[in-house]
Amino acid sequence: MKEIPAGSWVLVHSIILEPEQRAPQVPADTKKVPLEMWVKGYLEKAALPGDSVTVKTFTGRMVTGKLVEANPAYNHSFGFVPELQRIGGELRAMLAESAGAGKGSKSDG
Amino acid sequence: MDNSYQAVMARNNEIMLRSVGMDYSKFNTGKIAFDYEGMMAQAGYSLDEVIRIQGETGVGNTPIYELRNLTELVRRTAPRGKGARILIKDEAANPSGSFKARRASVSVYHAKKLGYKGLISATSGNYGAAVASQAAKKGLGCIVVQEVFDSRGIGQPEILEKGRACEAYGAEVVQLTVGPELFYVFLRLLEETGYFNASLYTPFAISGIETLGSEVAGQIREKYGQDPDAVIITHAGGGNVTGTARGLLKAGCKNTKVIGASVDLSGLHMASDGDFNRKSFTTGHTGFGVPFLTWPDRADVPKNAARALRYLDRYVTVTQGEVFYVTEALAQLEGLERGPAGNTSLAAALAIAREMDREQIVVVQETEYTGAGKHPTAQLSFARQQGIEIRRGDPRENVPGKAIVLPTNPGQISVVDYDLNSARRSYLRKATEGYTVEDLDQVDLEFLADETRWSKEKVIEEIRHGLQR
Repeated sequence: MKEIPAGSWVLVHSIILEPEQRAPQVPADTKKVPLEMWVKGYLEKAALPGDSVTVKTFTGRMVTGKLVEANPAYNHSFGFVPELQRIGGELRAMLAESAGAGKGSKSDG
Repeated sequence: MDNSYQAVMARNNEIMLRSVGMDYSKFNTGKIAFDYEGMMAQAGYSLDEVIRIQGETGVGNTPIYELRNLTELVRRTAPRGKGARILIKDEAANPSGSFKARRASVSVYHAKKLGYKGLISATSGNYGAAVASQAAKKGLGCIVVQEVFDSRGIGQPEILEKGRACEAYGAEVVQLTVGPELFYVFLRLLEETGYFNASLYTPFAISGIETLGSEVAGQIREKYGQDPDAVIITHAGGGNVTGTARGLLKAGCKNTKVIGASVDLSGLHMASDGDFNRKSFTTGHTGFGVPFLTWPDRADVPKNAARALRYLDRYVTVTQGEVFYVTEALAQLEGLERGPAGNTSLAAALAIAREMDREQIVVVQETEYTGAGKHPTAQLSFARQQGIEIRRGDPRENVPGKAIVLPTNPGQISVVDYDLNSARRSYLRKATEGYTVEDLDQVDLEFLADETRWSKEKVIEEIRHGLQR
Protein backbone atom coordinates (compact mmCIF):
# COMPACT_ATOMS: atom_id res chain seq x y z
CA MET A 1 0.00 0.00 0.00
CA LYS A 2 1.24 3.44 -0.87
CA GLU A 3 1.72 6.07 1.82
CA ILE A 4 -0.38 9.20 1.43
CA PRO A 5 1.73 12.33 1.95
CA ALA A 6 0.98 14.97 4.57
CA GLY A 7 -1.06 17.86 3.19
CA SER A 8 -3.09 15.60 0.84
CA TRP A 9 -6.86 16.18 0.52
CA VAL A 10 -8.32 13.02 2.04
CA LEU A 11 -11.48 11.31 3.26
CA VAL A 12 -11.65 9.94 6.82
CA HIS A 13 -14.22 7.63 8.35
CA SER A 14 -15.34 7.10 11.94
CA ILE A 15 -18.03 5.35 13.96
CA ILE A 16 -20.09 7.87 15.91
CA LEU A 17 -22.45 5.48 17.69
CA GLU A 18 -22.15 1.70 18.01
CA PRO A 19 -25.41 -0.24 17.50
CA GLU A 20 -26.03 -0.48 21.26
CA GLN A 21 -25.59 3.31 21.64
CA ARG A 22 -28.21 4.23 19.06
CA ALA A 23 -31.26 6.36 19.89
CA PRO A 24 -34.24 4.47 21.33
CA GLN A 25 -36.63 5.61 18.56
CA VAL A 26 -34.69 4.20 15.58
CA PRO A 27 -36.33 1.31 13.68
CA ALA A 28 -35.05 -2.24 14.16
CA ASP A 29 -32.97 -2.45 10.94
CA THR A 30 -31.17 0.82 11.73
CA LYS A 31 -30.55 -0.27 15.31
CA LYS A 32 -28.50 -3.23 14.07
CA VAL A 33 -25.88 -1.01 12.43
CA PRO A 34 -23.58 1.77 13.70
CA LEU A 35 -23.94 5.47 12.90
CA GLU A 36 -20.98 6.21 10.63
CA MET A 37 -19.43 9.51 9.54
CA TRP A 38 -17.20 10.63 6.68
CA VAL A 39 -15.37 13.97 6.65
CA LYS A 40 -12.84 15.46 4.20
CA GLY A 41 -9.78 17.50 5.09
CA TYR A 42 -6.03 18.02 4.65
CA LEU A 43 -3.94 15.21 6.13
CA GLU A 44 -1.77 16.33 9.06
CA LYS A 45 0.90 13.57 8.85
CA ALA A 46 1.76 11.05 6.12
CA ALA A 47 -0.12 7.76 6.65
CA LEU A 48 -1.42 4.58 5.05
CA PRO A 49 -5.08 3.95 4.23
CA GLY A 50 -6.68 2.38 7.31
CA ASP A 51 -4.45 4.30 9.75
CA SER A 52 -5.98 6.51 12.40
CA VAL A 53 -5.20 10.08 11.31
CA THR A 54 -6.05 13.72 11.92
CA VAL A 55 -7.22 16.07 9.20
CA LYS A 56 -7.86 19.80 9.06
CA THR A 57 -11.25 20.52 7.44
CA PHE A 58 -12.39 23.48 5.30
CA THR A 59 -13.56 25.32 8.41
CA GLY A 60 -10.27 24.62 10.26
CA ARG A 61 -11.60 21.87 12.55
CA MET A 62 -9.25 19.03 13.49
CA VAL A 63 -11.01 15.71 12.94
CA THR A 64 -9.69 12.24 13.78
CA GLY A 65 -10.71 9.16 11.85
CA LYS A 66 -9.58 6.21 9.82
CA LEU A 67 -7.91 7.23 6.56
CA VAL A 68 -10.00 6.03 3.58
CA GLU A 69 -8.42 7.57 0.46
CA ALA A 70 -6.72 10.60 -1.06
CA ASN A 71 -8.46 12.89 -3.55
CA PRO A 72 -11.96 11.44 -3.04
CA ALA A 73 -13.88 11.65 -6.33
CA TYR A 74 -17.46 12.54 -7.19
CA ASN A 75 -18.85 9.50 -8.99
CA HIS A 76 -22.57 10.21 -9.09
CA SER A 77 -23.80 10.33 -12.64
CA PHE A 78 -26.88 10.25 -14.89
CA GLY A 79 -27.23 6.77 -16.37
CA PHE A 80 -29.91 6.16 -18.97
CA VAL A 81 -33.59 5.27 -18.69
CA PRO A 82 -35.33 4.09 -21.89
CA GLU A 83 -38.80 4.59 -20.37
CA LEU A 84 -38.08 8.33 -19.99
CA GLN A 85 -36.56 8.72 -23.42
CA ARG A 86 -39.87 8.34 -25.34
CA ILE A 87 -41.98 10.76 -23.28
CA GLY A 88 -40.86 13.94 -25.05
CA GLY A 89 -41.70 12.65 -28.52
CA GLU A 90 -45.11 11.40 -27.43
CA LEU A 91 -46.02 14.74 -25.87
CA ARG A 92 -44.81 16.74 -28.87
CA ALA A 93 -46.92 14.55 -31.15
CA MET A 94 -49.97 15.13 -28.94
CA LEU A 95 -49.46 18.89 -29.08
CA ALA A 96 -48.99 18.88 -32.86
CA GLU A 97 -52.24 16.95 -33.19
CA SER A 98 -53.98 19.44 -30.94
CA ALA A 99 -52.69 22.40 -33.00
CA GLY A 100 -54.06 20.71 -36.12
CA ALA A 101 -57.46 20.20 -34.46
CA GLY A 102 -57.48 23.86 -33.40
CA LYS A 103 -56.98 25.07 -37.00
CA GLY A 104 -59.74 22.79 -38.24
CA SER A 105 -62.28 24.07 -35.76
CA LYS A 106 -61.40 27.67 -36.61
CA SER A 107 -62.12 27.24 -40.34
CA ASP A 108 -65.39 25.47 -39.44
CA GLY A 109 -66.57 28.48 -37.44
CA MET B 1 -17.12 17.34 28.72
CA ASP B 2 -19.43 14.32 28.44
CA ASN B 3 -20.13 13.85 24.73
CA SER B 4 -22.27 10.72 25.03
CA TYR B 5 -25.56 10.74 23.14
CA GLN B 6 -27.64 11.19 26.31
CA ALA B 7 -25.44 13.96 27.73
CA VAL B 8 -25.38 16.01 24.50
CA MET B 9 -29.13 15.63 23.97
CA ALA B 10 -29.65 16.81 27.56
CA ARG B 11 -27.73 20.00 26.71
CA ASN B 12 -30.02 20.63 23.70
CA ASN B 13 -31.74 23.72 25.14
CA GLU B 14 -28.58 25.59 26.15
CA ILE B 15 -26.85 24.72 22.86
CA MET B 16 -29.90 26.04 20.96
CA LEU B 17 -30.07 29.23 22.98
CA ARG B 18 -26.43 29.99 22.17
CA SER B 19 -26.56 28.95 18.53
CA VAL B 20 -29.76 30.69 17.47
CA GLY B 21 -29.12 33.82 19.52
CA MET B 22 -32.72 34.09 20.67
CA ASP B 23 -34.68 33.14 23.75
CA TYR B 24 -37.85 31.39 22.60
CA SER B 25 -39.27 31.18 26.13
CA LYS B 26 -40.14 34.89 26.11
CA PHE B 27 -42.82 34.19 23.49
CA ASN B 28 -44.63 31.62 25.66
CA THR B 29 -48.06 32.98 26.60
CA GLY B 30 -49.88 29.96 28.04
CA LYS B 31 -49.52 26.29 28.84
CA ILE B 32 -49.46 25.47 25.13
CA ALA B 33 -49.79 28.87 23.51
CA PHE B 34 -47.00 31.06 22.26
CA ASP B 35 -47.14 34.39 20.48
CA TYR B 36 -46.45 33.25 16.92
CA GLU B 37 -47.03 36.60 15.23
CA GLY B 38 -45.06 38.35 17.97
CA MET B 39 -42.14 35.98 17.38
CA MET B 40 -42.28 36.57 13.63
CA ALA B 41 -42.43 40.34 14.11
CA GLN B 42 -39.72 40.66 16.76
CA ALA B 43 -37.29 37.97 15.76
CA GLY B 44 -37.88 37.91 12.01
CA TYR B 45 -37.48 40.69 9.50
CA SER B 46 -40.12 42.83 7.78
CA LEU B 47 -40.85 42.27 4.11
CA ASP B 48 -39.04 45.51 3.20
CA GLU B 49 -35.97 44.50 5.21
CA VAL B 50 -35.90 41.08 3.56
CA ILE B 51 -36.16 42.66 0.10
CA ARG B 52 -33.15 44.86 0.93
CA ILE B 53 -31.12 41.95 2.41
CA GLN B 54 -31.84 39.70 -0.58
CA GLY B 55 -31.14 42.49 -3.04
CA GLU B 56 -27.59 42.73 -1.66
CA THR B 57 -26.80 39.10 -2.48
CA GLY B 58 -28.71 38.65 -5.73
CA VAL B 59 -31.50 36.55 -4.24
CA GLY B 60 -35.10 36.71 -5.47
CA ASN B 61 -36.77 38.64 -8.26
CA THR B 62 -36.86 35.42 -10.25
CA PRO B 63 -38.78 35.30 -13.55
CA ILE B 64 -42.25 33.82 -13.90
CA TYR B 65 -43.13 31.93 -17.08
CA GLU B 66 -46.46 31.01 -18.60
CA LEU B 67 -46.33 27.32 -19.52
CA ARG B 68 -48.32 27.56 -22.74
CA ASN B 69 -47.64 24.08 -24.04
CA LEU B 70 -48.37 22.35 -20.74
CA THR B 71 -51.55 24.42 -20.39
CA GLU B 72 -52.59 23.32 -23.89
CA LEU B 73 -51.87 19.71 -22.96
CA VAL B 74 -54.09 20.01 -19.87
CA ARG B 75 -56.91 21.62 -21.87
CA ARG B 76 -56.87 18.67 -24.27
CA THR B 77 -57.67 16.31 -21.42
CA ALA B 78 -60.01 18.69 -19.51
CA PRO B 79 -63.80 19.00 -19.72
CA ARG B 80 -65.15 21.86 -21.89
CA GLY B 81 -64.38 25.30 -20.42
CA LYS B 82 -61.84 23.86 -17.99
CA GLY B 83 -58.05 24.01 -17.94
CA ALA B 84 -56.56 26.95 -16.04
CA ARG B 85 -53.50 28.83 -17.27
CA ILE B 86 -50.38 27.38 -15.59
CA LEU B 87 -47.42 29.56 -14.63
CA ILE B 88 -44.15 28.64 -13.00
CA LYS B 89 -41.79 30.78 -10.93
CA ASP B 90 -38.24 29.93 -11.93
CA GLU B 91 -36.62 29.79 -8.51
CA ALA B 92 -33.71 27.88 -10.03
CA ALA B 93 -32.53 31.34 -11.09
CA ASN B 94 -31.49 32.07 -7.48
CA PRO B 95 -27.71 32.03 -6.73
CA SER B 96 -27.62 28.42 -5.45
CA GLY B 97 -30.30 27.13 -7.81
CA SER B 98 -33.37 26.95 -5.58
CA PHE B 99 -35.78 29.02 -3.48
CA LYS B 100 -33.74 27.98 -0.44
CA ALA B 101 -31.42 30.92 -1.18
CA ARG B 102 -34.24 33.10 0.18
CA ARG B 103 -34.18 31.32 3.55
CA ALA B 104 -30.40 31.18 3.69
CA SER B 105 -29.89 34.85 2.80
CA VAL B 106 -31.70 36.06 5.91
CA SER B 107 -30.13 33.42 8.21
CA VAL B 108 -26.64 34.30 7.00
CA TYR B 109 -27.31 38.06 7.22
CA HIS B 110 -28.56 37.59 10.79
CA ALA B 111 -25.62 35.37 11.80
CA LYS B 112 -23.16 37.94 10.45
CA LYS B 113 -24.96 40.79 12.23
CA LEU B 114 -24.77 38.92 15.54
CA GLY B 115 -21.04 38.29 15.06
CA TYR B 116 -21.03 34.52 14.48
CA LYS B 117 -17.98 33.22 12.59
CA GLY B 118 -19.92 30.63 10.64
CA LEU B 119 -23.10 28.61 10.25
CA ILE B 120 -24.10 24.98 10.52
CA SER B 121 -27.05 23.47 8.77
CA ALA B 122 -28.44 19.97 9.23
CA THR B 123 -29.92 19.31 5.81
CA SER B 124 -29.64 16.81 3.00
CA GLY B 125 -31.47 19.19 0.67
CA ASN B 126 -30.91 22.29 -1.43
CA TYR B 127 -30.74 24.38 1.72
CA GLY B 128 -27.15 23.25 2.38
CA ALA B 129 -25.91 24.70 -0.91
CA ALA B 130 -27.98 27.82 -0.26
CA VAL B 131 -26.36 28.44 3.14
CA ALA B 132 -22.93 27.62 1.70
CA SER B 133 -23.46 30.05 -1.19
CA GLN B 134 -24.68 32.89 1.03
CA ALA B 135 -21.93 32.22 3.61
CA ALA B 136 -19.37 32.42 0.78
CA LYS B 137 -20.66 35.87 -0.16
CA LYS B 138 -20.42 37.07 3.46
CA GLY B 139 -17.06 35.44 4.18
CA LEU B 140 -18.41 33.13 6.88
CA GLY B 141 -17.58 29.48 7.58
CA CYS B 142 -20.15 26.83 6.77
CA ILE B 143 -20.68 23.21 7.79
CA VAL B 144 -23.47 21.11 6.30
CA VAL B 145 -24.46 17.85 8.01
CA GLN B 146 -26.08 15.35 5.67
CA GLU B 147 -27.69 11.91 5.89
CA VAL B 148 -26.20 10.32 2.76
CA PHE B 149 -25.37 6.62 3.02
CA ASP B 150 -27.06 3.38 4.03
CA SER B 151 -25.12 0.81 6.06
CA ARG B 152 -23.74 -0.71 2.83
CA GLY B 153 -22.05 2.64 2.16
CA ILE B 154 -24.30 3.32 -0.84
CA GLY B 155 -25.04 7.01 -1.19
CA GLN B 156 -28.34 8.52 -2.36
CA PRO B 157 -27.28 10.15 -5.67
CA GLU B 158 -29.32 13.32 -5.14
CA ILE B 159 -27.75 13.90 -1.72
CA LEU B 160 -24.26 13.15 -3.07
CA GLU B 161 -24.86 15.87 -5.66
CA LYS B 162 -26.07 18.30 -3.02
CA GLY B 163 -22.95 17.57 -0.99
CA ARG B 164 -20.79 18.26 -4.02
CA ALA B 165 -22.59 21.58 -4.51
CA CYS B 166 -21.93 22.54 -0.86
CA GLU B 167 -18.22 21.82 -1.33
CA ALA B 168 -18.25 23.82 -4.55
CA TYR B 169 -19.31 26.83 -2.46
CA GLY B 170 -16.55 26.19 0.07
CA ALA B 171 -18.53 24.43 2.78
CA GLU B 172 -17.35 21.53 4.93
CA VAL B 173 -19.68 18.56 4.46
CA VAL B 174 -20.17 16.00 7.23
CA GLN B 175 -21.66 12.84 5.71
CA LEU B 176 -23.56 10.35 7.86
CA THR B 177 -25.39 7.07 7.55
CA VAL B 178 -29.14 6.89 8.14
CA GLY B 179 -30.60 7.87 11.47
CA PRO B 180 -32.17 10.63 13.54
CA GLU B 181 -28.95 10.87 15.59
CA LEU B 182 -27.82 13.28 12.88
CA PHE B 183 -29.23 15.80 15.32
CA TYR B 184 -26.75 14.64 17.96
CA VAL B 185 -23.81 15.17 15.57
CA PHE B 186 -25.29 18.57 14.69
CA LEU B 187 -25.46 19.61 18.36
CA ARG B 188 -21.86 18.48 18.97
CA LEU B 189 -20.70 20.56 16.00
CA LEU B 190 -22.60 23.62 17.23
CA GLU B 191 -20.95 23.21 20.62
CA GLU B 192 -17.48 22.64 19.18
CA THR B 193 -17.51 25.57 16.75
CA GLY B 194 -19.81 28.15 18.36
CA TYR B 195 -21.36 28.62 14.90
CA PHE B 196 -24.89 29.86 14.22
CA ASN B 197 -27.64 27.27 13.81
CA ALA B 198 -28.90 27.98 10.28
CA SER B 199 -32.09 26.07 10.99
CA LEU B 200 -34.73 25.95 8.27
CA TYR B 201 -37.32 26.77 10.90
CA THR B 202 -36.27 30.03 12.58
CA PRO B 203 -38.29 33.24 12.06
CA PHE B 204 -35.33 34.53 9.97
CA ALA B 205 -35.47 31.61 7.56
CA ILE B 206 -39.24 31.79 7.17
CA SER B 207 -39.37 35.56 6.70
CA GLY B 208 -36.91 35.05 3.83
CA ILE B 209 -39.57 33.13 1.86
CA GLU B 210 -42.24 35.80 2.22
CA THR B 211 -40.75 37.65 -0.76
CA LEU B 212 -41.55 34.61 -2.92
CA GLY B 213 -45.25 35.04 -2.20
CA SER B 214 -45.25 38.80 -2.63
CA GLU B 215 -43.32 38.54 -5.91
CA VAL B 216 -45.85 36.01 -7.28
CA ALA B 217 -48.68 38.42 -6.38
CA GLY B 218 -46.95 41.37 -8.04
CA GLN B 219 -45.93 39.50 -11.19
CA ILE B 220 -49.40 37.99 -11.79
CA ARG B 221 -51.15 41.32 -11.19
CA GLU B 222 -48.81 43.12 -13.54
CA LYS B 223 -49.15 40.55 -16.33
CA TYR B 224 -52.81 39.57 -16.04
CA GLY B 225 -54.45 42.30 -13.92
CA GLN B 226 -55.75 39.81 -11.35
CA ASP B 227 -54.66 37.80 -8.33
CA PRO B 228 -53.59 34.16 -8.80
CA ASP B 229 -56.56 31.86 -8.18
CA ALA B 230 -54.34 29.15 -6.73
CA VAL B 231 -50.70 28.79 -5.77
CA ILE B 232 -49.33 25.26 -5.50
CA ILE B 233 -46.40 24.70 -3.20
CA THR B 234 -44.23 21.62 -2.75
CA HIS B 235 -44.59 20.75 0.93
CA ALA B 236 -42.04 19.08 3.18
CA GLY B 237 -41.08 20.79 6.45
CA GLY B 238 -43.70 23.51 6.04
CA GLY B 239 -41.46 26.54 5.43
CA ASN B 240 -42.21 26.84 1.74
CA VAL B 241 -45.96 26.82 2.40
CA THR B 242 -45.76 29.14 5.41
CA GLY B 243 -43.43 31.74 3.91
CA THR B 244 -45.13 31.84 0.52
CA ALA B 245 -48.61 32.07 2.04
CA ARG B 246 -47.53 34.84 4.41
CA GLY B 247 -46.06 36.75 1.47
CA LEU B 248 -49.26 36.34 -0.53
CA LEU B 249 -51.30 37.60 2.43
CA LYS B 250 -48.95 40.56 2.97
CA ALA B 251 -49.49 41.44 -0.70
CA GLY B 252 -53.25 41.31 -0.14
CA CYS B 253 -54.09 38.07 -1.98
CA LYS B 254 -56.97 37.16 0.31
CA ASN B 255 -58.79 34.83 -2.08
CA THR B 256 -55.84 32.91 -3.50
CA LYS B 257 -56.06 29.22 -2.63
CA VAL B 258 -52.91 27.90 -1.00
CA ILE B 259 -52.40 24.27 -2.01
CA GLY B 260 -49.61 22.05 -0.69
CA ALA B 261 -48.34 19.06 -2.67
CA SER B 262 -46.07 16.18 -1.61
CA VAL B 263 -44.80 13.04 -3.27
CA ASP B 264 -46.47 10.00 -1.76
CA LEU B 265 -43.88 7.89 0.06
CA SER B 266 -46.34 6.23 2.41
CA GLY B 267 -45.13 2.91 3.80
CA LEU B 268 -41.47 3.87 3.79
CA HIS B 269 -39.89 4.63 7.18
CA MET B 270 -37.71 7.74 7.04
CA ALA B 271 -35.23 6.46 9.67
CA SER B 272 -34.98 2.95 8.23
CA ASP B 273 -31.62 1.84 6.91
CA GLY B 274 -33.34 -0.58 4.52
CA ASP B 275 -35.91 1.92 3.18
CA PHE B 276 -33.44 4.80 2.77
CA ASN B 277 -32.33 3.98 -0.77
CA ARG B 278 -35.73 2.69 -1.88
CA LYS B 279 -37.11 6.21 -2.33
CA SER B 280 -36.37 8.42 -5.33
CA PHE B 281 -37.26 11.72 -3.66
CA THR B 282 -35.25 13.03 -0.75
CA THR B 283 -37.54 16.00 -0.07
CA GLY B 284 -41.00 17.30 -0.94
CA HIS B 285 -42.45 13.98 0.18
CA THR B 286 -45.01 12.78 2.71
CA GLY B 287 -42.26 11.41 4.98
CA PHE B 288 -41.59 15.02 6.01
CA GLY B 289 -44.84 16.62 4.84
CA VAL B 290 -47.23 14.71 7.07
CA PRO B 291 -45.26 14.66 10.35
CA PHE B 292 -44.33 18.35 10.08
CA LEU B 293 -47.95 19.24 9.26
CA THR B 294 -49.33 17.39 12.27
CA TRP B 295 -46.53 18.36 14.66
CA PRO B 296 -44.34 21.27 13.47
CA ASP B 297 -42.42 21.51 16.76
CA ARG B 298 -40.43 18.36 15.97
CA ALA B 299 -37.96 20.77 14.33
CA ASP B 300 -34.38 21.61 15.37
CA VAL B 301 -35.49 24.79 17.19
CA PRO B 302 -37.82 25.07 20.22
CA LYS B 303 -40.65 26.74 18.28
CA ASN B 304 -41.03 26.11 14.58
CA ALA B 305 -41.80 29.26 12.58
CA ALA B 306 -43.07 27.05 9.74
CA ARG B 307 -46.67 26.17 10.59
CA ALA B 308 -48.30 24.94 7.41
CA LEU B 309 -51.62 23.96 8.99
CA ARG B 310 -52.30 27.67 9.55
CA TYR B 311 -52.07 28.41 5.85
CA LEU B 312 -53.08 25.39 3.77
CA ASP B 313 -56.48 25.42 2.03
CA ARG B 314 -55.81 22.01 0.50
CA TYR B 315 -53.11 19.34 0.66
CA VAL B 316 -52.63 16.76 -2.09
CA THR B 317 -50.23 13.97 -2.94
CA VAL B 318 -48.86 12.78 -6.27
CA THR B 319 -46.75 9.73 -7.14
CA GLN B 320 -43.02 9.55 -7.88
CA GLY B 321 -43.75 8.39 -11.44
CA GLU B 322 -46.02 11.38 -12.11
CA VAL B 323 -43.38 13.86 -10.94
CA PHE B 324 -40.68 12.29 -13.12
CA TYR B 325 -43.08 12.35 -16.07
CA VAL B 326 -43.90 16.07 -15.70
CA THR B 327 -40.20 16.84 -15.16
CA GLU B 328 -39.59 15.31 -18.57
CA ALA B 329 -42.57 17.24 -20.01
CA LEU B 330 -41.26 20.54 -18.60
CA ALA B 331 -37.92 20.03 -20.37
CA GLN B 332 -39.36 18.70 -23.64
CA LEU B 333 -42.29 21.08 -24.08
CA GLU B 334 -41.23 24.21 -22.23
CA GLY B 335 -37.46 24.12 -22.61
CA LEU B 336 -36.87 24.14 -18.86
CA GLU B 337 -34.67 21.36 -17.52
CA ARG B 338 -35.40 21.59 -13.80
CA GLY B 339 -36.11 19.54 -10.73
CA PRO B 340 -37.32 16.85 -10.12
CA ALA B 341 -38.28 17.32 -6.43
CA GLY B 342 -39.34 20.94 -7.00
CA ASN B 343 -41.68 19.74 -9.74
CA THR B 344 -43.92 17.96 -7.24
CA SER B 345 -46.17 21.02 -7.26
CA LEU B 346 -46.09 21.07 -11.08
CA ALA B 347 -47.41 17.50 -11.24
CA ALA B 348 -50.23 18.52 -8.89
CA ALA B 349 -50.86 21.67 -10.98
CA LEU B 350 -51.47 19.61 -14.12
CA ALA B 351 -54.23 17.72 -12.33
CA ILE B 352 -55.69 20.73 -10.49
CA ALA B 353 -55.69 23.02 -13.55
CA ARG B 354 -57.94 20.45 -15.22
CA GLU B 355 -60.59 21.08 -12.50
CA MET B 356 -60.32 24.88 -12.78
CA ASP B 357 -61.91 27.25 -15.33
CA ARG B 358 -59.95 28.30 -18.40
CA GLU B 359 -59.97 31.93 -17.24
CA GLN B 360 -58.29 31.07 -13.95
CA ILE B 361 -54.60 31.19 -13.11
CA VAL B 362 -52.65 28.58 -11.17
CA VAL B 363 -49.06 29.29 -10.14
CA VAL B 364 -46.39 26.69 -9.43
CA GLN B 365 -44.15 28.75 -7.17
CA GLU B 366 -40.77 27.03 -7.61
CA THR B 367 -38.31 25.21 -9.77
CA GLU B 368 -34.89 23.92 -8.65
CA TYR B 369 -31.63 23.28 -10.49
CA THR B 370 -30.98 19.79 -11.78
CA GLY B 371 -27.85 17.82 -12.63
CA ALA B 372 -26.02 14.53 -12.16
CA GLY B 373 -27.52 12.61 -9.24
CA LYS B 374 -30.66 14.75 -9.04
CA HIS B 375 -31.96 14.31 -12.57
CA PRO B 376 -34.80 11.83 -13.32
CA THR B 377 -32.41 9.65 -15.35
CA ALA B 378 -30.05 9.54 -12.38
CA GLN B 379 -32.78 8.78 -9.84
CA LEU B 380 -34.49 6.16 -11.97
CA SER B 381 -31.21 4.46 -12.95
CA PHE B 382 -30.36 4.27 -9.28
CA ALA B 383 -33.82 3.03 -8.33
CA ARG B 384 -33.56 0.25 -10.89
CA GLN B 385 -30.18 -0.78 -9.42
CA GLN B 386 -31.86 -0.98 -6.00
CA GLY B 387 -34.40 -3.44 -7.40
CA ILE B 388 -37.30 -1.00 -7.86
CA GLU B 389 -39.52 -1.82 -10.83
CA ILE B 390 -39.63 1.01 -13.41
CA ARG B 391 -42.30 0.91 -16.13
CA ARG B 392 -44.89 2.85 -18.10
CA GLY B 393 -48.53 2.40 -17.14
CA ASP B 394 -51.24 3.69 -14.86
CA PRO B 395 -49.63 5.93 -12.21
CA ARG B 396 -52.10 4.63 -9.62
CA GLU B 397 -50.03 1.44 -9.69
CA ASN B 398 -47.05 3.24 -8.09
CA VAL B 399 -45.98 1.58 -4.85
CA PRO B 400 -43.37 3.55 -2.85
CA GLY B 401 -40.23 1.45 -2.51
CA LYS B 402 -41.43 -1.18 -5.02
CA ALA B 403 -42.68 0.26 -8.31
CA ILE B 404 -42.35 3.58 -10.11
CA VAL B 405 -44.93 3.80 -12.88
CA LEU B 406 -44.52 6.58 -15.45
CA PRO B 407 -47.88 7.59 -16.96
CA THR B 408 -48.58 6.69 -20.57
CA ASN B 409 -50.46 9.96 -21.14
CA PRO B 410 -50.86 13.28 -19.30
CA GLY B 411 -54.58 12.69 -18.73
CA GLN B 412 -53.66 10.05 -16.13
CA ILE B 413 -52.00 12.57 -13.82
CA SER B 414 -54.17 13.06 -10.78
CA VAL B 415 -53.96 14.17 -7.16
CA VAL B 416 -55.09 12.42 -4.00
CA ASP B 417 -56.49 14.76 -1.37
CA TYR B 418 -55.08 14.46 2.14
CA ASP B 419 -57.76 15.17 4.74
CA LEU B 420 -56.70 18.37 6.52
CA ASN B 421 -59.25 17.78 9.28
CA SER B 422 -57.55 14.55 10.21
CA ALA B 423 -54.22 16.42 10.24
CA ARG B 424 -55.80 19.00 12.58
CA ARG B 425 -57.07 16.26 14.91
CA SER B 426 -53.66 14.66 14.94
CA TYR B 427 -52.06 18.04 15.73
CA LEU B 428 -54.55 18.68 18.56
CA ARG B 429 -53.89 15.27 20.12
CA LYS B 430 -50.17 15.99 20.21
CA ALA B 431 -50.48 19.63 21.34
CA THR B 432 -52.89 18.87 24.20
CA GLU B 433 -51.22 15.68 25.42
CA GLY B 434 -51.63 15.47 29.20
CA TYR B 435 -54.25 18.26 29.34
CA THR B 436 -58.03 18.34 29.57
CA VAL B 437 -60.05 21.30 28.23
CA GLU B 438 -60.44 22.55 31.84
CA ASP B 439 -56.65 22.63 32.31
CA LEU B 440 -56.23 25.06 29.42
CA ASP B 441 -56.52 28.84 29.55
CA GLN B 442 -58.41 31.04 27.08
CA VAL B 443 -55.11 32.01 25.46
CA ASP B 444 -54.35 28.32 24.79
CA LEU B 445 -57.73 27.71 23.18
CA GLU B 446 -57.36 30.81 21.02
CA PHE B 447 -53.88 29.66 19.99
CA LEU B 448 -55.18 26.20 19.06
CA ALA B 449 -57.98 27.84 17.05
CA ASP B 450 -55.35 29.82 15.10
CA GLU B 451 -53.24 26.70 14.61
CA THR B 452 -56.12 24.61 13.25
CA ARG B 453 -58.24 27.35 11.63
CA TRP B 454 -61.16 25.93 13.59
CA SER B 455 -63.41 27.97 15.89
CA LYS B 456 -62.65 27.87 19.61
CA GLU B 457 -65.88 25.91 20.11
CA LYS B 458 -64.82 23.36 17.54
CA VAL B 459 -61.39 23.04 19.18
CA ILE B 460 -63.05 22.38 22.59
CA GLU B 461 -65.39 19.82 21.05
CA GLU B 462 -62.51 18.05 19.30
CA ILE B 463 -60.33 17.92 22.42
CA ARG B 464 -63.25 16.46 24.46
CA HIS B 465 -64.05 13.99 21.70
CA GLY B 466 -60.38 13.04 21.39
CA LEU B 467 -60.12 12.35 25.14
CA GLN B 468 -63.10 9.99 24.99
CA ARG B 469 -61.50 7.87 22.29
